Amino acid sequence: MDAHLLFIFSAVLYLAGAVSALFGSPKTRWGAYLFAIAASLTGLISSLLVLLNNSPITVHIPILQSLKDLTPTLSLFSNMGLHVDALSAFFVLLISMLTLPVSIYAIGYVREYEGKKSQELLGVLYNLFPLSMLLVVTANNALLFLICWELMTLVTYFLVTFDHENPENVRAGSLYFIMAHVGTAFLIALFVLFYQHSGSLDFDSFRQIAGSWSELPKTLLFFFALIGFGMKAGIVPLHIWLPEAHPAAPTPISALMSGVMIKTAIYGLLRIYFDLLRPDMEWWWGVVILALATISAVIGILFALIERDLKRILAYSSVENIGIILIGVGLAMIFYAYPSSVKFETLASFALIAALFHLANHTVFKGLLFMGAGAVFQATHTRNLEHLGGLIRWMPWTAACFLVGAVAISALPPLNGFVSEWLIFQSLILGLAVPDLVVKVALPVCAALLALTGALVAACFVRAFGITFLARPRSDKVEQAREVPLPMRFGMAVLALLALSMGLTATAIVPVLSNIASSLVNSPGIETALVNGTILSPPAANHGTVSPLGLAWAFLFLLPIGIWFMLIRSPFQRRIAPTWACGLSTLSPQMEYTATGFSKPIRMIFRSLIQPRKEIIEETDESSYVKRRVRVRLDVQSPFDRSFYSPVSAFILKSSRSIRKIQSGSINAYLAYIFLALVVLLIFAR
Amino acid sequence: MNWTELITGLVMILIQLALFLLLAPLVTAWVRKVKAIMQNRQGPRMMQPYSDLWKLLRKEVIQPATASWIFTITPYVVFVTTLSVALIVPIFTTILPLGFIGDVIALVYILATARFFTALAGLDAGSPFGGLGSSREMSLASIIEPAMMLAIFTAAVTAGSTNLGTIAAQADVGLLLTPAHLFAFLGLFIVAMAETGRIPVDNPATHLELTMIHEAMILEYSGKYLALMEWASSMKLLLFLTLLANVFLPWGISNDLSLVSLGVGAVGYGLKIFALATVMAVIECSTAKLRLFRVPDLLAASFVLSLIALILFYLLGGESHAVL
Repeated sequence: MDAHLLFIFSAVLYLAGAVSALFGSPKTRWGAYLFAIAASLTGLISSLLVLLNNSPITVHIPILQSLKDLTPTLSLFSNMGLHVDALSAFFVLLISMLTLPVSIYAIGYVREYEGKKSQELLGVLYNLFPLSMLLVVTANNALLFLICWELMTLVTYFLVTFDHENPENVRAGSLYFIMAHVGTAFLIALFVLFYQHSGSLDFDSFRQIAGSWSELPKTLLFFFALIGFGMKAGIVPLHIWLPEAHPAAPTPISALMSGVMIKTAIYGLLRIYFDLLRPDMEWWWGVVILALATISAVIGILFALIERDLKRILAYSSVENIGIILIGVGLAMIFYAYPSSVKFETLASFALIAALFHLANHTVFKGLLFMGAGAVFQATHTRNLEHLGGLIRWMPWTAACFLVGAVAISALPPLNGFVSEWLIFQSLILGLAVPDLVVKVALPVCAALLALTGALVAACFVRAFGITFLARPRSDKVEQAREVPLPMRFGMAVLALLALSMGLTATAIVPVLSNIASSLVNSPGIETALVNGTILSPPAANHGTVSPLGLAWAFLFLLPIGIWFMLIRSPFQRRIAPTWACGLSTLSPQMEYTATGFSKPIRMIFRSLIQPRKEIIEETDESSYVKRRVRVRLDVQSPFDRSFYSPVSAFILKSSRSIRKIQSGSINAYLAYIFLALVVLLIFAR
Repeated sequence: MNWTELITGLVMILIQLALFLLLAPLVTAWVRKVKAIMQNRQGPRMMQPYSDLWKLLRKEVIQPATASWIFTITPYVVFVTTLSVALIVPIFTTILPLGFIGDVIALVYILATARFFTALAGLDAGSPFGGLGSSREMSLASIIEPAMMLAIFTAAVTAGSTNLGTIAAQADVGLLLTPAHLFAFLGLFIVAMAETGRIPVDNPATHLELTMIHEAMILEYSGKYLALMEWASSMKLLLFLTLLANVFLPWGISNDLSLVSLGVGAVGYGLKIFALATVMAVIECSTAKLRLFRVPDLLAASFVLSLIALILFYLLGGESHAVL
């Protein structure tokens, strides 16, 4: 099969899906998702072909070519095409890999909207969204990139506000819209700088001038890219839109947004730093990214832990995972650009493998967890943990899939999250070989904070799974729940199996990632991660090994010892009895531990970081000893809101109010403005 | 690999597994005995934990009505994962035929697996005690893990490897610890007290809702399941003592398969383990249980000790032995 042709097929199928959604009858509403399934399948095969054959493909867009012939003077449109190299192919693979199960899931999920919302609109947007991401990660021209980037933002804005009856979603959408465009503004500035220096908007021309940047523009480029892409990725403190917008969208979209859309920002960072600016890279850039990444990881998971809305927990956890991915990226930049006699390219490549592996893993388990949360929401119509509980009896399939996702994201062996975190820890330890005191102090601190993050993630997902699925229902919403339809279960099961197999077959995945990583550090064929059968080791002699498959076998072989103990007299005999209730007759669900209670110690321990506030309102009768009603209000205020976003938004409101004074509404005044403007222009622009 | 090597390897694996499994209750008994002696009691006999396990293993399981299959699989998960560390941790010899399947980072995550499922089982029964235990355990673990990771980092960096067999084999076999190792040892010692639920942090001998952490999570377990959980706790205690003994004080550990060195390794190991267990028991008797929200301060101290260890290592001119 021809990867080139398949890639075009994939894009065309998404477009066809979008068009078909407009013309389908209510009976065939799922037709649009069939197109998405076919499109993602072809995209998957195409990207795999590119990755395994190591042969990049270039796609020319015919319409743009003819546009070029029509306007030969307009150099902007020259060579406006797509290029799928190893890095792009990896992201195409991730987008397709997640779109496939999510589309199957969506067939079941959109029944929710039957008769309530416009199925046509959802179908159109649903197909345009993966298409826009596909174009973003393959565009080989800055203008095309920006157009697709904007398309992606607009499509997701409409998806976030799809449930616009809920004012919170509209608010989330507006926040997303504004912040995304501030980010885009930085990206435009970034590419204008490139254009100024190279005279073209082609990525190829940017590559040609690489290495010739002077200090100031180079630093500006670094920060523009960091802010522009960081906004989309949700790096702390630019993350505040993410936990609002991701949960607001319909679940399949949330899964795609957290699973792959924020990764397109990582793609952008890798493309700019490791491709377009590679020879100009400074090692302190890596230190900046490493610091931001570590902060994102810790802050993201702490806020996830105090959140009670299941989808918002997952959204905050995406902030945390972006942090972990960027720790790998930051390390790679430090290693690659550190000026010393010994080159650490091998280490840089190794850290990139870790980052890319975690990126792929997060795509899988975050997609899975979002789908699980969506299934819970569809069955119970609530996302509040305090109203859930005991769902494992009503929804056994969803519970099992969600558990796999929770185990994977908590990096427990032998699932996939474990392998990537292991790789990141190994690159942190090996990074201590860099002979610089800053690095030698920063890396252990970063490793400790990563360990902290890891433990908090486990706490967060014990809480998310335990409170949602275990013990007894906390409201009658659960008792009416029914297991979700087959397509939804199938979509989740696919990703659950993938999370397991990506851990067990890690040694088959690492060589592929190694190719991508070594192409990024421009030294093809270096030995990075050593794979020996099922054993994985870093690029240092005798520096620790792990074998996820070996661990799995070890667990399996030791299991009979545990089971053998069960066989001693009365094998597997069990008696069912009520839970011990301290002598009370029954335990009521109100006595169970709540989600808020569960995270209380965390709130106490980290109170300086998350600043919880407690307000107790007491209504008393005549005597202050007789309380009629006591209300407790608990909330946390994000330090970024208070110290940055609130002042900024207050300032913008204030200045727009003062500008409003010139808006008198009288037509004469406006005519006078036009006249004045004309005069000023005539004077200055003669 | 020829047949003799294969069989020797298999025998070594089985000996280590059996030793780890069978020695664990004895160490628990020893800690109890020392505590009893210090408190002027006679205390239970040394074989008591074995009798307890044997009794529990013959009893039926009572399962709470609200519990799901999570409750059922947890004892197996906890037992199997805790036992599996005997494959990657050097006990009396650094020759670990299966040592390649995991290193010290994997060890931290294997322990996290057991903790994850224990905490879920704590929530599963729907009793407030279980939730309380899970919440406390997971919260404290979040401060324990960074301290543990840093202490381990120090050992791994000096040895140039994260494989525990290699660390134990390469650690400087001087009589005195280097300053870096000393601080890391102290850091890891506090971690060990916390992880195994010893007195300043938790008390394995009480069922008082104000203080209990680990016991609260496994409150609903009985019979065979309880046996597996208790056995796993004993193994965890032995594991941490082994880590302290073999990573920081690898005196006498055998590096080859000759009978003499194996014998020296075994005797040395036994002496070190029981000495460390005695120290632990003495600390337990001489300190008071900390209030729950004081515990993070203690663990922060262990974190700082480990950080100092790593910085000292570089200040004193240490270089990593990693071969790039």
